[in-house]
Amino acid sequence: MTIPYLDEFRDGKLARVIAANIAAAVQPGRSYRLMEFCGGHTHAIFRYGVQDLLPPAVELIHGPGCPVCVLPVGRIDNAIELARRPEVILASYADMLRVPASGYMSLLKAKAQGADVRMVYAASDALKLAQDNPPREVVFFAIGFETTTPPTALVIQQAARLGLRNFTVFCNHVLTPPAMHAIMASGDGAVAGFIGPSHVSTVIGTAAYEAFVAQHGKPVVIAGFEPLDVLQAVLMLVRQINDGRAQVENEYSRAVTPAGNAKAQAAMADVFEMRETFEWRGLGLLPASALRIRERYAAFDAERRFGVTPVAVADHKACECGAILRGAKKPQECKVFGTVCTPDNPIGACMVSSEGACAAYYSYGRSTATTSP
Amino acid sequence: MNDYIRPIDFKHGRVDMTHGSGGRAMTQLIEELFLRAFDNQWLRQMNDHARFGVGAGRMVMSTDGHVVAPLFFPGGDIGCLSVHGTINDVAMAGAKPLYLSAAFILEEGFPLADLKRIVESMAQAARSAGVPIVTGDTKVVERGKADGVFITTTAVGVVPDGVDISGERARPGDKILLSGSIGDHGVAVMSKRENLSFETAIESDTAALHELVAAMLRAVPDIHCLRDPTRGGLATALNELARQSGVGMEIREESIPVRGAVVAACEFLGLDPLYVANEGKLVAICAASDADALLAAMRAHPLGADAAIIGEVRSDAHGFVQMHTAFGGSRIVDWLTGEQLPRIC
Repeated sequence: MTIPYLDEFRDGKLARVIAANIAAAVQPGRSYRLMEFCGGHTHAIFRYGVQDLLPPAVELIHGPGCPVCVLPVGRIDNAIELARRPEVILASYADMLRVPASGYMSLLKAKAQGADVRMVYAASDALKLAQDNPPREVVFFAIGFETTTPPTALVIQQAARLGLRNFTVFCNHVLTPPAMHAIMASGDGAVAGFIGPSHVSTVIGTAAYEAFVAQHGKPVVIAGFEPLDVLQAVLMLVRQINDGRAQVENEYSRAVTPAGNAKAQAAMADVFEMRETFEWRGLGLLPASALRIRERYAAFDAERRFGVTPVAVADHKACECGAILRGAKKPQECKVFGTVCTPDNPIGACMVSSEGACAAYYSYGRSTATTSP
Repeated sequence: MNDYIRPIDFKHGRVDMTHGSGGRAMTQLIEELFLRAFDNQWLRQMNDHARFGVGAGRMVMSTDGHVVAPLFFPGGDIGCLSVHGTINDVAMAGAKPLYLSAAFILEEGFPLADLKRIVESMAQAARSAGVPIVTGDTKVVERGKADGVFITTTAVGVVPDGVDISGERARPGDKILLSGSIGDHGVAVMSKRENLSFETAIESDTAALHELVAAMLRAVPDIHCLRDPTRGGLATALNELARQSGVGMEIREESIPVRGAVVAACEFLGLDPLYVANEGKLVAICAASDADALLAAMRAHPLGADAAIIGEVRSDAHGFVQMHTAFGGSRIVDWLTGEQLPRIC
């Protein structure tokens, strides 16, 4: 049985053809360190075994594009504090529940201790929770890059239209291009080119990467989340590097346009404004890298409503999540990888989300990680 | 003296606390519902236990609690599921299941019409499987302390002499067989729960597997391992067997049957079919020399029509289950972490 519009992007025969083209394009003596920014790509690379089809000269570095992974511990502590308020129902994406916070706490553990934490699949589920529970305060724990931001904007607009008084959003939305700048600025991974995000780019468009490419002289190829997309993007990056070009190219033209999704951008602009600075796990404080809720929607801002105060919490000492998110280290170079830190007992966030590099290595690639010298 | 007892209203009535009190209302519920549906010589004796003779051989016993939500899903309900699930646990030892017990925890306010439907589904499943429900128990808890109905069933069975099926018997070189397509049950439950409808209806595969197992044993008496890949799916079943036997496994993605509708639904829900529950499938491991005969026996049975050899057992100190992807790479198929789908059975 084939699934139209899906199987053709997972075709093993086509994969071998592209892999052969990559092998032929790779220049002797040259190495190609390419970062896939997005956790969705990391997941696809491991799930389908894409690295096995690449020549040794092409190395894929796993970037910070995992919303769960980049959220600093302090923000999770804030969320737990909110969830523990007796009047609050905290609505969260499932991935966040197991992320370790301070003191071996997590939202899942807080839930077991009596906090009312509900797992939702979409922002609209959280809004419905508020409508269904008028005496309770529903707080939506909003995380993610530009992909999940428009839906959050829409539910805030909707809540305003409905005049809901018991719905707020704890906003943790972050932006992709500033994180890419930060990776180049850190000088860590010596990245030669980027595989650009798929879903994020459907919203922000290819134009959003032009400034990055102009400033850093590194190529960006926006790719879909299917394994053939990734292979094709690698081929396009190898060719750009060989030619000495640095351009924004669009492999994912079936969904991404130069300007992106104007409606989504308008909703975001209506509801959110830029934060001066925001803390990212692994990347530190980045200027103009995250969004907060505008004054006009202040009634729906959990930070304002509940007086959330920022807390600075250091990561676990042995955890290398930061270096891994910057591409400076591989998961198996972390001392606690696979020993103390496993998906069942994660120390760092990269081990929690299926989009996290450590979880992907552990769940899909551990055999090569453990048998290699 | 024959006092008139008003019959239970199975149309509009609801479970109340008296149905679990041990008094007359409970007896009435047992007589009008459970006894009538499950009717057999042991239940008719109205004891708190069932007495039966045991033949020679080794007995097998297994118990399973069922908490599936929703209670009714495409292809089945908690009733038939609670019969099939426990029969299958016994059958995975190569045993012939003989008797079942059933304990009900009912929530106050639960519609009696739904209870009747569930009990009749259990009775039907037990009758088709040829395994009578010979003893049981009913308790009622206050509204809000349970979710409709929870059912715990226990099965006993007998393993024929010469059969030695156990999770630690997989040896390097053995073949791994799968009885049919994976993911149907979990996706059926999940799509009902999330109110998703797909063009092709996905139904639970819930079924009693003991007759398939008997047919397999007639063809190959020395089956090494059997496991039904329920919660955690095929991936979890293979990891359990690899760990018990201290071996690794290599499977081929292309040889694992998955229905197109299940693949599509999993894409949509963000699930991996390898981790989705099944309720009518089994994994068998046998010597390579027996594999073709075992496969033929499985395919000759309706519940194994789509059976396939999906891989081999390898020696591996790490106990990894590895998969050659259809895409051309390889990866580990790891244990399930966290909970992919809560309350699936």
